[in-house]
Amino acid sequence: MTIRKLSRGVALVGAGMSKFGAFPGQSSRDLFVEAFQEMLASVEKGFDPKEIEALFIGNFSSDLFENQGHTAPIMADWVGLTPRPATRIEDACASGGAALRQGVLAIASGLYDIVLVGGIEKMTDLPIERVTDTLATAADALYEVPAGFTFPGLYAAMATAYMAEYGAAPDVFLKVGYKNHENGALNPKAQFGQRIADIMEARKKSAAKKGLPIPEWADEMAFLNDERANPTIAWPLRLYDCSPVSDGAAAVLLVSEDLARRFTDTPLYVIGSGQASDGAIHDRPTLTSLPSAKKAAEMAYQMAGVKPADIDVVEVHDCFTIAEIIATEDLGFFEPGQGWRAVAEGKTARGGERPINTSGGLKSKGHPVGASGVGQVIEIWKQLRGEAGERQLPGNPRLGLTHNVGGTGQTCVVHIFERR
Amino acid sequence: MSAFNHITHYAALGENKLVGSRCSACGKTFYPARPMCPACYGSALEAVEFSGKGKLAAYSVIYIAPTAMIQAGFDRKNPYCAAVVELEEGPRICAQLVGVDVKQPESIRIGQPVQATFLQRGEGESARTFLAFQP
Repeated sequence: MTIRKLSRGVALVGAGMSKFGAFPGQSSRDLFVEAFQEMLASVEKGFDPKEIEALFIGNFSSDLFENQGHTAPIMADWVGLTPRPATRIEDACASGGAALRQGVLAIASGLYDIVLVGGIEKMTDLPIERVTDTLATAADALYEVPAGFTFPGLYAAMATAYMAEYGAAPDVFLKVGYKNHENGALNPKAQFGQRIADIMEARKKSAAKKGLPIPEWADEMAFLNDERANPTIAWPLRLYDCSPVSDGAAAVLLVSEDLARRFTDTPLYVIGSGQASDGAIHDRPTLTSLPSAKKAAEMAYQMAGVKPADIDVVEVHDCFTIAEIIATEDLGFFEPGQGWRAVAEGKTARGGERPINTSGGLKSKGHPVGASGVGQVIEIWKQLRGEAGERQLPGNPRLGLTHNVGGTGQTCVVHIFERR
Repeated sequence: MSAFNHITHYAALGENKLVGSRCSACGKTFYPARPMCPACYGSALEAVEFSGKGKLAAYSVIYIAPTAMIQAGFDRKNPYCAAVVELEEGPRICAQLVGVDVKQPESIRIGQPVQATFLQRGEGESARTFLAFQP
């Protein structure tokens, strides 16, 4: 395979996000303004926002979630950037990552020097059935959905295939969620910034307040295995195996490499970018790996000239706990079938040998689907610049990777960032 | 125009048949039927009837159902099984799996042989035959 390189270097010089969560009364444009303002404040040397030449906005389905199509020009308008070209990029839950890649390519092409990449999604205005139906439009409406598959169902099916092939048990999936809540508790932007132990305590207090019998659990795993506390959504996946329904936005500023230090002394360089597509779940050679993720990762690693072992900080697309385990194998951090053992042994915890999703991941941080791929970049930005606060990884991390999946892997986008 | 699309797919299911397509040039078979061979770009595809026999490749017992399945009578108290089935001719397909104990999902075994069956759903113009499998 020919190793593809960018025709000129691209740097990340600013990054911001709204809080992720459920925000009644706030539309996606309000959340985008919040992310944009934080992005502006993050550019240490300052700049005139009117220097931005184009916008790429990742968004899955403002049409169905907010009854609003044609969203990108609205975002441009709300942050004072009309008449610059503003284009919405849609690849389901990988929309944010795909928008980032389009921004990178636009600068590498030489057409633009300064580009704003955003991600937005406002999901919580709809009742849960309609959210489920809307998300299901990212699957094949003719041949996957009529079988009764939902997104949790599709990932649960991959989980059963994984369990049969590698001997994992549902308990280990719950441990991924437990770990991501431990991380998210240290992230002020997280939707569920609570450890499982905190959630258990809150449940007890709530029961006491209502005069109900106070529930007792021996430990966190007992709570997570309690059908009343953690109901099954799509067996073997329970509620705490699933990322939440969220509102949120994120924004990053990309510039050509030669301009980077005009904006900050600590730019991150986009040294690898890969993206791949795939067919419906039944048309793939495997149900325990995402071929698109392997392909996108291969492209990004080759462009960057680095190996999985070189990467210091990793944000993967844990829309469901099984997805995180499969991601760590597809990205080459663990051998096929070893990802679940790594979780069981604590290797993916913040203090482990291969920390995964220090932000709390989609599970704890929240998953406003079109924003998630850009939201992942915010964590890399913070970790590589030593700004991640209590969840900061030690050892001056230098290389970061994001892995953003659309559907069940019909799209995957991987990016690699370097602090020099 | 090609004879194969979702209309012909569901029309065949209405006759309790699984009709896929085979590329005359390279011999690859497809289910659901494809109008063009994505492997060799052959455009001459012929109808081929599948046996309906296969084995279970993956499944989930779904408690939080989409609207269409809620209308079909499923919910948290009455979950259903959705599956990926590998047909004996090679292609895989998504379909509901019936005749299994959804209250004991561990009892459903990946690799177990399954056989096509056909479910009628909807009324009037939206009435349609859906593919399902059973042990």
